[in-house]
Amino acid sequence: MKTAALNPLVKRKKNSYLKRYWTLYLLLILPVTYFIIFKYIPMTYIQIAFKKYSIVQSVWQMPWADNYGFEYFIKAFSNRDFLYALRNTVMLNVLDLIFGFPAPIILALILNELAFKRFKRITQTIAYMPHFLSWIIISGMALQLFAPTTGLINIVLERMGLNTIPFLNDPNHWIWTYVFLGIWQSVGWNTIIYLAAITAINPELYEAAAMDGAGRFRKMWHVTLPGLRPTIIVLLILSLGRILGSEFDRPYALGNYYVKDVANVISTFVYTNGIRGLQFSLTTAVGLFQSVVGVIFVLTANAIVKRFGERGIM
Amino acid sequence: MVKSKSTKIGDWIIVFICLLLIFTCILPLLNLLARSLSSSDALIRNEVTLWPKGLNFEAYRMVLTDSKYTWSLLWTAILTIICTFVSLFMTTICAYPLTYDKLKGRRLFNAMIIFTMYFNPGTIPTYLLLKNLGWLNKPIVLIIPYCLSVFNMIIMRSYFYNIPESLRESAEMDGAGPLRILVSIYLPMSTPVIATLALFYAVGRWNGFSDALMYMNDRKYYPIQLLLYNIINSLQNIEVATQEGFSRPGLAESLKAATVMFATVPILLVYPWLQKYFITGVTLGAIKE
Repeated sequence: MKTAALNPLVKRKKNSYLKRYWTLYLLLILPVTYFIIFKYIPMTYIQIAFKKYSIVQSVWQMPWADNYGFEYFIKAFSNRDFLYALRNTVMLNVLDLIFGFPAPIILALILNELAFKRFKRITQTIAYMPHFLSWIIISGMALQLFAPTTGLINIVLERMGLNTIPFLNDPNHWIWTYVFLGIWQSVGWNTIIYLAAITAINPELYEAAAMDGAGRFRKMWHVTLPGLRPTIIVLLILSLGRILGSEFDRPYALGNYYVKDVANVISTFVYTNGIRGLQFSLTTAVGLFQSVVGVIFVLTANAIVKRFGERGIM
Repeated sequence: MVKSKSTKIGDWIIVFICLLLIFTCILPLLNLLARSLSSSDALIRNEVTLWPKGLNFEAYRMVLTDSKYTWSLLWTAILTIICTFVSLFMTTICAYPLTYDKLKGRRLFNAMIIFTMYFNPGTIPTYLLLKNLGWLNKPIVLIIPYCLSVFNMIIMRSYFYNIPESLRESAEMDGAGPLRILVSIYLPMSTPVIATLALFYAVGRWNGFSDALMYMNDRKYYPIQLLLYNIINSLQNIEVATQEGFSRPGLAESLKAATVMFATVPILLVYPWLQKYFITGVTLGAIKE
């Protein structure tokens, strides 16, 4: 009896729910289709990594690769170019992490101490600029500035009686130029988030610190930095998750024939051997390896951070 | 509070560091500008540093009269405008429904979308999909495949969350449906985030080249960055250099600089005006999912 009495009410409620919200589902149709077509359907193509690629068959029909399907993973890990690309990816990302990660924190601390408001704004605007330049443009500028004999930097070095430096043509120097250009491009932009976090710090803490006789550096160390800790940790997790990830534009635009032993990373390996070299199974396997390790890294970093009692990202 | 002498010195040290930073940021641009305005003889003789030598506008005239450059610039501008609108539309219609707590299946949609941020299918599967769709070498391949960024969607959703729910509820009382609420309440209140995302998407398209490198073989549809990449690297390769139409090395140098200027200046003119907005946008993006 009771349910019979309630039923029409439930039904009406359901009707009114649909009546009210059907447009929301309508709006979601396009985005959801987008994700299905451009993200989820390609995910089914990942099986190519375990199969012998054939141009005439659909991915579901292709025959399995040898070694229980792991043929191409074995091939990848016995491929000299891939091992170099893997090493370079990790090496460049670790260097980016060591030098590029602290840079915006330090710059944010410096900008925060800047006493002149207008000058601070101008500095910020100019510091954000490199973020808006493409790596093609940056590489074009770098090729001119760092050119062995004709570049501005080497002209200056020569006039000062110093040796010229082959910034982009010698593997060792190239690595440091790569790291430096990365910092140059992103340091200003990455301060935004830290500066926003600094404004959220309770000003009373600074006053209390000042009462205790703390100077500029002690305030930075005991108030600002602890206030930034949650932000630093979240961004650190994200960077750790990207340790095996590789951007394409930066190494591709900056790389050249002389430095290919250190400049080839996983993304450029996939491009040259996959899209140019048509070894689809091999490069899909490499891509899958990269994605899976990336996810494992993010999850691990997140779990470690949570164990230490910090807020994670998930 | 009276500032001590050491604090003042500290202030000046900080100003000095900032001046150094500014100098480092604009030095490459000054060098580029100087090169683009210099005579080819001065460039060959390595005399150009931060100031143009033998001032002339030859390189700019050549870029503006060469249909290859003007078309590529125009095409990239058209692409950028289309992409920005498509992306903003997609981002809005994705973010808005997800702000409704009562929407059934919201968690599922959310999970489905966020998952693609942590695990992406990879370069080759995406390439093969576009190949199967028959989109390779067609203009659409530069517009649709990357038109919706999850990261930007999250920024917009966070912004929508900050709009007081009471506004929506009172509109609902007056009988307004979700679409009406979006158009007449949410969108007008979201100028900062729309401006930010428009900037992000526009810059992304204007600066993007890897999708064109991978999916576009038709030179007619090369965006400016890909054309630039070919030009910049052509100087190291005589064959490509003649193919791109360079015969005099000095002129090629200033031409290269002038082309880079054309690709850079539009962005440099726009971003400072949106600074206030994109700072909000970036900060919102950092909010925990």
